[in-house]
Parts: sequence; structure tokens; C-alpha cells
Amino acid sequence: MRGDTGFPVRLRFSKRGKVRFISHRDVARAFDRAFRIEALPLAFTAGFVPRPKVSFGLALSVGHESEAEFLDVELDHAVDLDPWPVTLSAALPEGIEVTGTCALAERAPALQESVTAVEYRVGIIGAHSAEIGGLIERASASSVLEVTRTKKGREVVEDVRPLLRAMTVVGATGDVTAVDLEIATQPRSARPGEIVAAVGGHLTAEHVLRSHQWIERGGARLEPLDADARMRVPEARAS
Amino acid sequence: MLQMSNLWPAVEPLLARVEKPARYIGMERGAQAPEHRSNRVSWLLVYPDTYEIGLPNQGLQILYEILNERDDAVAERSYAPWVDMERELRGAGLGLFSVDTHRAAADFDVLAFNLSAELVYTNVLNCIDLAGVPVRAEQRRPHDPVVVAGGHCAFNPEPMADFVDAFVIGDGEEPVGELTEVVAAWKRSGRTSREGLLRELATVPGVYVPAMYEVDYDGRFIAGVRPRFADVPAVVDKRTVADLADWPYPKNQLVPLIEVVHDRLNVEIFRGCTRGCRFCQAGMITRPVRERPEEQVRTMVREGLRRTGYDEVALTSLSSADFSGIDGVVADLVNEQEGTGCVGLSLPSLRVDAFTVGIASEIQKVRRTGLTFAPEGGTWRIRQVINKLITEEDLYAAVEGAYSQGWRRVKLYFLTGLPTEMDEDTLGIAELARNVVKVGRKHTKQASCTVSLGGFVPKPHTPFQWFGQNGVDELERKVGLVRGALRKSGANIRWHDPAATFAEGIASRGDRRVGRVIERVWRAGGTFQEWSERFALDRWVDAMAAEGLDADWYVTRHRTADEVLPWDHIAAGLHRDFLWQDWQASLQAHGLPDCRWTPCYDCGVCTDYALEHVVASPLAPAGGSQGTGQDLSRGGEAPVQFLGTKERIGAR
Repeated sequence: MRGDTGFPVRLRFSKRGKVRFISHRDVARAFDRAFRIEALPLAFTAGFVPRPKVSFGLALSVGHESEAEFLDVELDHAVDLDPWPVTLSAALPEGIEVTGTCALAERAPALQESVTAVEYRVGIIGAHSAEIGGLIERASASSVLEVTRTKKGREVVEDVRPLLRAMTVVGATGDVTAVDLEIATQPRSARPGEIVAAVGGHLTAEHVLRSHQWIERGGARLEPLDADARMRVPEARAS
Repeated sequence: MLQMSNLWPAVEPLLARVEKPARYIGMERGAQAPEHRSNRVSWLLVYPDTYEIGLPNQGLQILYEILNERDDAVAERSYAPWVDMERELRGAGLGLFSVDTHRAAADFDVLAFNLSAELVYTNVLNCIDLAGVPVRAEQRRPHDPVVVAGGHCAFNPEPMADFVDAFVIGDGEEPVGELTEVVAAWKRSGRTSREGLLRELATVPGVYVPAMYEVDYDGRFIAGVRPRFADVPAVVDKRTVADLADWPYPKNQLVPLIEVVHDRLNVEIFRGCTRGCRFCQAGMITRPVRERPEEQVRTMVREGLRRTGYDEVALTSLSSADFSGIDGVVADLVNEQEGTGCVGLSLPSLRVDAFTVGIASEIQKVRRTGLTFAPEGGTWRIRQVINKLITEEDLYAAVEGAYSQGWRRVKLYFLTGLPTEMDEDTLGIAELARNVVKVGRKHTKQASCTVSLGGFVPKPHTPFQWFGQNGVDELERKVGLVRGALRKSGANIRWHDPAATFAEGIASRGDRRVGRVIERVWRAGGTFQEWSERFALDRWVDAMAAEGLDADWYVTRHRTADEVLPWDHIAAGLHRDFLWQDWQASLQAHGLPDCRWTPCYDCGVCTDYALEHVVASPLAPAGGSQGTGQDLSRGGEAPVQFLGTKERIGAR
């Protein structure tokens, strides 16, 4: 879909605070407007209803925070990306901040397909941290970790153990135990809340922060900004 | 008092348990940073429906900016919490709060409600109660906020008279400042007697304070409404902004983070309407026509798009294709936006003619999906009765134009239950729709036509204010007639629930006694009555019975010329004689021209209030308008509503 003349860009952004209550779709619309406010030279799809060429990575659940959200956008021609963290952030809702950019290599694979693992910092309530630690050990040692999902109005039990990469207690504040959690995203990911409930039925993920997304390729583990960046950022063209 | 509570830490945990939590977070682009000070009057502007319905409301946004620009005022916003959030708030011992800084509603000096529809009345009570304020005005104490209401429904304030301290009648831009000054003086004096404050408020022009008036009854009828004090006006006249050019608001239209209705830049291009459609309260109470200067429209569009990032702008008014400079403005905007990336323009209009379709094709160069027209009545005779003078040829020419130029869906708005309506008129709706489908099929097999059928509710300050509304059974029968006649026609039909139409009728022309009914419906859990899943007519019928009131007396009864109407002490400027003559003319199926372009027939507004129509261009719009040399007796012009570009999320 990327033409020869386009300038694909990947950017990383965070979503913190009150704005975490807006949906993935709302975030997309906010970027759509921010691009217009900043009058970026967007490339448009051909066709009956031209749309900017923007694609997002994995959806983030409503209510979850993130320090590692990504989107790809195609521009018509090269521009200087350095000001974006300041200018685009100002055009976005408070709490959504652009924290990094890169010019993408041509024909870079889409985010959705290339991200293979996601890390979260989860605040868990419902038990003391020692008990939570024990439950995590037991779940990690087990070969099966079942969650109940609703599919087409019917409840089905699925094993998410193959998706659970790592889960570690990292601290506790008051009633809340902080846990780092890494989940594989292919072929289909699991929600942190599902994993937490599967680890202990009385546990609740009270707060969720996505901290990293990883692209694992040929034995390497890469940040999405590093994985498919152009080798050399072209000189910005005055426009 | 100054150190007001920030409820956010208490509200935040509730948001994980409610649908659409972003309704309650604020943070829209364009939101103000309100700074509360003890010498400032704090306003909480409340829209008594969901965030998605209330946020785009231009009236609320205009007042929000005007108040925050003042040194002596500060304004925040709130919207009715949905049922799930209300349950959470009450469960947690919390109340209504502002979305801007999450302050408790009870901490504001003024709670101001926008009354844009009658079925939101129970939500107003619920919001007052959720604020921790007594719902009945007489029970409020000096430390309670002053409850103010405005909007079109304030033109019959009586059903809400028990709950509202002061109504603002008409345009709110100027009175909000004057109210602020009265409340500020009251605050400085130590917020003593509430009675004294109300009396002071009653002297502000355009402000109606129900507690300052006594209603006398003669059996079931009203004998009169009289002021309790000599300095309280016997009749409250509406306020009118003389020149829209002085009020280029909103300057910073709010851009919501979630999808709302009318989710686009909205630029009001004129206020008022002189087409004289007899069923239309908005057209009657907002006279005269005041157009915004063309250059200001261009500036507001240009700057609004740049600031908001929206890709669509609506030029709003009651009938935008009637703006005197519309073709020039549209052509300029389309040219200006070309190449900047698909900015859509929409133009809600009442015309049904080739001119409208011409403008629509200018605007919608790509997305030609649906066009909406509002003939309102099924036969030429009934359209003369309602003064919507569009001929069948106008309509067919308009849809021919639409289908031939690439539109595939046409939506037609109609009313049923109109004065003098016979089955022939009702069935005429189906006939028009069938013919529209035939016209469409000549051009494309995909041609579709949807009839949207609403039950007519007579409104105060219109020529139809004396008309006895159709009952539920009759409206259901008429809907059934149209449905039956549309079977296998290729046209679809959607209709408004006749039961909800009936409840609206109770509140629309109700008097002060109906307040008790509204309170009962609210206490029985009847909030969000505009939402079909929350509405039950039984609650209204039961409440009427419990108060010893006869619903049919209020809804389906014809009024006589000599009857004192509950809103006779509120003036929109329209002479009662004029309205009565127009009502009689309608019964004879006599039309009335658009007075913007023809000599004044003295409805009373301009002469009484020393106002004039303000037009942006000395020439009538190309394509003609009522009274611009066309033969009005056959309605050479055309009322339509044509719709914008994309299908939007439904309001209901």
C-alpha cells in the first residue's frame, strides 16, 4: 500500500491520566484532528472516500494507561520529525503525548502483525503481595491457565498459559501489589485482567499501564521505533 | 466557599464500572480553565441529557465563553449522568459535579439548565436533586444555588415553575451578565433573604421569576397570572440580540474526545426564521431574522477548522439555504478547502427545490449518500394549512436532481396529526414517497427513500397553540395507514412513538399544576424520557390521575379564542391577534409569505421591539425564496431540509 514517493512515519505516544477513559477509536480520531491542526502533509487513500493512511497497533482497553502506544502514518513527502513531540502533543488531548518518532523503512510490516509481545505494570488488589507472589509462582509452574471468555454470547474456556511470558511481583503500596507482566500477542493476545483473574479468582487488576511493546525478529527483541526505521533519515524538505 | 471540593479522586474509581466513562472526564479541546474567586459568581451550566446530546449544544457553549470572559463570573459545565453513573454516584454518597474541574454542583452560585425539549424536564429535577438542592424552589435555603433555566421551552415556563427560581426568555447572551450582577450583589450582601434576591431578579428584562406571580383559577381554567408586587412586570418580554455580528461565539468550539451528535464545527449563520411554518415554535419565537455578516462567517469557519482539526463544518440556522449570501459563501468555502483534505460542509435547510440540490452538489463533491427533505405534509392542501408552501413539482424536481446527480438515499420528513388532517392527507405521504422511489429507480436500482413520521405536538406562541393534539390511538391509526400504504413500495418508514408524543403534549402546553405531575414521574424513576428504552406513558398517565388532572383536557382539547393560555404572561413579541388570525387563515388553507422579502404583515415582533431583519446581502439568494417575485399562492418556493454528508451516530 505504500507508494514509492510516500514518507511513512512511526510514532510512539503515551496515554496517561483522565484521558485513559477514551477508547482506541477515540484516540484515532484525536490523532486525525491533531494531524489536521498541525497541517501535516498527509497522504490519502485513493477511492470514493479518501482517508489518511494511518494504522494503529494493538488496541488498548478503555481505562488502561500506556507509555508505549504506536501508530504509523504516511506523509506525502519527507518532513522534519524532531518538533513532533512538542507540536503534535500540544494538538492532542491532555495526557496523550508523542514521545518518539522515526521515519519508517519502505514496506515495513504493519504494527499489528509485527508486535509479538507486550509488557504491563499491573496494580493488583484482593490479596497480600506474598500471597499474590505464591499464586503467580503456581500459575507459572502450571502447564494450563484457563480463562472464561464470552464468544458470540456463549461462554468458552480457553488456555492462556502459552501467552504468559513472565509475571513478577515488583513491589507493594498499601493494598496494591505492583506486578510486571509480559504477554505474547500472537496469534491472539490476552488482557491483563484476564490473566490476573486466572492467576487468582479473588484478584483484580485495579490499575494497568502498558510499558512496552516488542517486535521479536531473528532472535532480537526490538522496540517498534527501532525495528523498522530507515537506515538514514533523509534531509527534511522545506515545504 | 472558595475552597471548593475537587471530587475527581472519589469519582475516578466509579468510572471503571460505567459505560462510556469519558462522558465524565471533560478535557475537551476548547475547554476553559475556570478560576474560582470569592468575588466571582460561579455558574454551572447543565445540559439535562447525556453528554453526547448536550456537549454540542451551541447555546450552552456560547454562555460558557461569555461568562468566563467576564471578570465577575466563572462558568463550568455538567451533563445528566446516565442511569448507571447516577446509581454509582448515589451509592457512593456523591452528587452532580462539573466536568471541567469536578466540583460539586452544590458549591456553585447558579445552576443553569438548558430546556431544549419538554421530555428532559424530569432530568432537570433529577440533576437538582443530585446536586443536593431541594427540587422545589420554595424549599431552597439562602446557601442553595439559584436555579435558572433558559432555552426554547422556557417560552412556556409554567410546568417547571415550581422548580426553577428564574427563567431567561429569549437570547441569553445579554441577560446572563445582568443576572451575574444581581447575584454578585446578593453574595456581597451576605446571601441573606432569598425572597429579596428573587424580587431583584424579576426586575431584569427578559427574566421571569415564577415565585413573584400568583395564578388565579376559574374552575379548571386559568383566570389570570398576576405579579405579586408593583415592580414586577405583568408580562415578561423575550430578549433578542439585535446583531449577531457583535456575538461571534463560540470562539473556541469544544471538541469532544468521544463521538457526540453534530460532531463537527458548527457555525451559526443566522438566527430567526420568517418562513412562517405554523407548526414551528423555533421559527415563531426567534424572529426577526438576524444574519451574520458573510465575512464573519468565513472567518469563523476558517479559524474554527484550523483550531479544532475537524474535517466537517455545518453552517447552522433554522434554514441555511435561505441565508442571503449562501451561494457565495458556499462557493468560497468549497474553493478554499479544496486540496486541504476532504473538508465536508453541511447545510441544514428547509427548502425543497432544485436550488438546494444545486448547493448540495457543490458541497458534496464526493460523498453523495443521503439527502433529506422535509415536505412535512402529504398534500398541497395540508401544506397550505401548515404554511409549508412546497408543491409536488418542487419535490419531484428536487429528488430528480438528487438521484440524477448521484445521491442514492432520500429521506423525507413528515408530520401527522396536523390540524384539519384527513386520511387523504395522511395517505398522501405514502403517495409522495412511492413517487419519489419511482423517480429514483429511473436513475439507479439502489435508490431508496425513507419516510420519517413524527406526531405533531402543538407548541405555545404558534398559530397552532389552540389546536387539540391527536390522541395516541389516532396517531397510531395514522401511522398504520402510512405503513400499510407503503407496503411493497420500496420506501421504508420510521416513526416517533405516539405515546411519547402524548407525554410531550402534556408538558408542552401544561400549566403550573403540571409541575406536580413532572415531579411524580421523576420520583417514580422516569428519567431520560426522550430515550425510548426509558419511556413509559403509564408513569405520566398515573401521575396525571394522582394529581386529579385530565390528560385529554391538556392534550387533545381545542382551546377557544377567549381562553387564558398558561403562557400569556410571557411574550415572544407575536401579537395574539396575529397568531389567532394566522390560525384562522390556516383553517382556510391560506398561505402566508416570507416577510423577509415582502412587505411586513406586522406579526408584532419588529414593531414592538424596535428590531429589523438583518441580512448579509441586499439580494435574496439565487434560486429564489418566498416573496422574491415567485407566485406564492402556488408556493413557488421550497422548504426542505437537506442533510449533511455522512450518517452520524443517532441521537436516540
